[in-house]
Amino acid sequence: MENKNFIYLDNASSTKADDRVIEEMLPFIKEHYGNPSSVHQAGADVREGIENARVKVSELIGANPEEIYFTSCGSESNNFALIGIAEANQSKGRHIITSAIEHLSILNPLKDLQKKGYEASILTVDKDGFVNPQDIKKAIRPDTILISIMHANNEIGTIQKIKEISEIAKSAGVIFHSDGVATAGIIELDVNELGMDALSFSSQQMYGPKGSAALYVRKGVRIKPFILGGVQEKGRRAGTENAPGIAGFGKACEIAKLEMKSINERLVILRDKLIKGIMDNIKEVTLNGSMESRLPGNVHVSFEYIEGESIVLFLNMQGITVATGSSCASQALKVSHVCTSIGLSQATAQGSILFSIGKYNTEADIEKVIEVLPPIIDKLRKMSPLYKG
Amino acid sequence: MFQYNEKVMDHFANPRNVGEIVNADGVGEVGNPVCGDMMTFYIKVKDGKLDDVKFKTFGCGAAIAVSSMVSEMAKGKTLEQAMQISNKDVAKQLGGLPENKLHCSNLGADALHKAIENYRQQHKEI
Repeated sequence: MENKNFIYLDNASSTKADDRVIEEMLPFIKEHYGNPSSVHQAGADVREGIENARVKVSELIGANPEEIYFTSCGSESNNFALIGIAEANQSKGRHIITSAIEHLSILNPLKDLQKKGYEASILTVDKDGFVNPQDIKKAIRPDTILISIMHANNEIGTIQKIKEISEIAKSAGVIFHSDGVATAGIIELDVNELGMDALSFSSQQMYGPKGSAALYVRKGVRIKPFILGGVQEKGRRAGTENAPGIAGFGKACEIAKLEMKSINERLVILRDKLIKGIMDNIKEVTLNGSMESRLPGNVHVSFEYIEGESIVLFLNMQGITVATGSSCASQALKVSHVCTSIGLSQATAQGSILFSIGKYNTEADIEKVIEVLPPIIDKLRKMSPLYKG
Repeated sequence: MFQYNEKVMDHFANPRNVGEIVNADGVGEVGNPVCGDMMTFYIKVKDGKLDDVKFKTFGCGAAIAVSSMVSEMAKGKTLEQAMQISNKDVAKQLGGLPENKLHCSNLGADALHKAIENYRQQHKEI
């Protein structure tokens, strides 16, 4: 995989860990292997590493270290937030508001909660993927206990009007959770400025290791423990901490905070170059998501008449790695719910491709994509019974 | 991505017999874009044999490879022989397909059979 022709454009799925992150992790694999809950020095060294990382992680999002709970992945953070807040606050009510384009790690536990007697309002989004804050206002009931709206969508890249939404939640006295996996460490995110009571975020999306993520929970917000056992993470998430992963996550947060601005200035240029290159050279293609409020590295497009997995395979043969929302490429064999929620027809959604640009991509990478993509699209269209052009 | 074997990847990247047959003797269409796969097969019949077979496919790597393989297997065969080609035979000829791809690849032989049935309906005497 590591040849010079390899172009990785699936940074929304996972990123290459920064070398400085790996350096930070190594001592916690090689030397500091004690159990951080042990009282001896070997344990204390690991504890210190974890707590140092907790400070860095909290600083990235403007939180206090004691408001950070380490978890194993973004999905766990989302499950923890949704189930934990719903169950801890059920004496106040059992109604939850969310959107149709949330990650499945929100939508699936929500289905489970509905079976247990909770009620949900799952709001539709407009063609650009925006939740209308007024729809949230209208959906709030006296028994609403939680509103969960993602900061930005991982597929189409639309950044929500979070501040407006959180203000509505606040004035109604409802807890507001946001899935920030696509944004934390990528764009500016301050939980106080954005009014978030809880935030899920993950290391692997910000040039940190996999298996390491966090849930921020504002002091005073009630949440039920997610893993029962010892007193790790204040008893709310038992189990020996993933010290190397947490150390790496801390470093990734520190680097992101310092370098985010300059990285994004470059990413936006690459993103817009790729969008223009696709639009200028290929007909009957739609750019999905909002152009005004979009993640800096996100290019999500739908090619008419063809299917996404075939595009992914042909690009892969050229060393280019991208993602698709087509049903054939998904293990669940279902087309992306995000694509259909923004109004794409099933056929159009099948031809959706996400190019997610990251900090290691170069202008030459983008030029290569613009060069090899049009003939691939052309070849597949000529093979398609739907294409009459 | 690396779920397909070399033979499947070869038929996907260099599909045989892609296209339409103008004035085809039979046309068979299966699937739809909703499920993610759609195939149209065109046949030309001469002396009870498949003189030419072409296809157009909308779908994943497996769907394209299956279409290509079916077209190769069918060419030159009698209609009876071609009707015997099963989806299992096609998967076998391709050296196997991933479990979760079998369903979308089952369409290949179906589309061919539909084209033959379409031909037979127009030529009831055969």
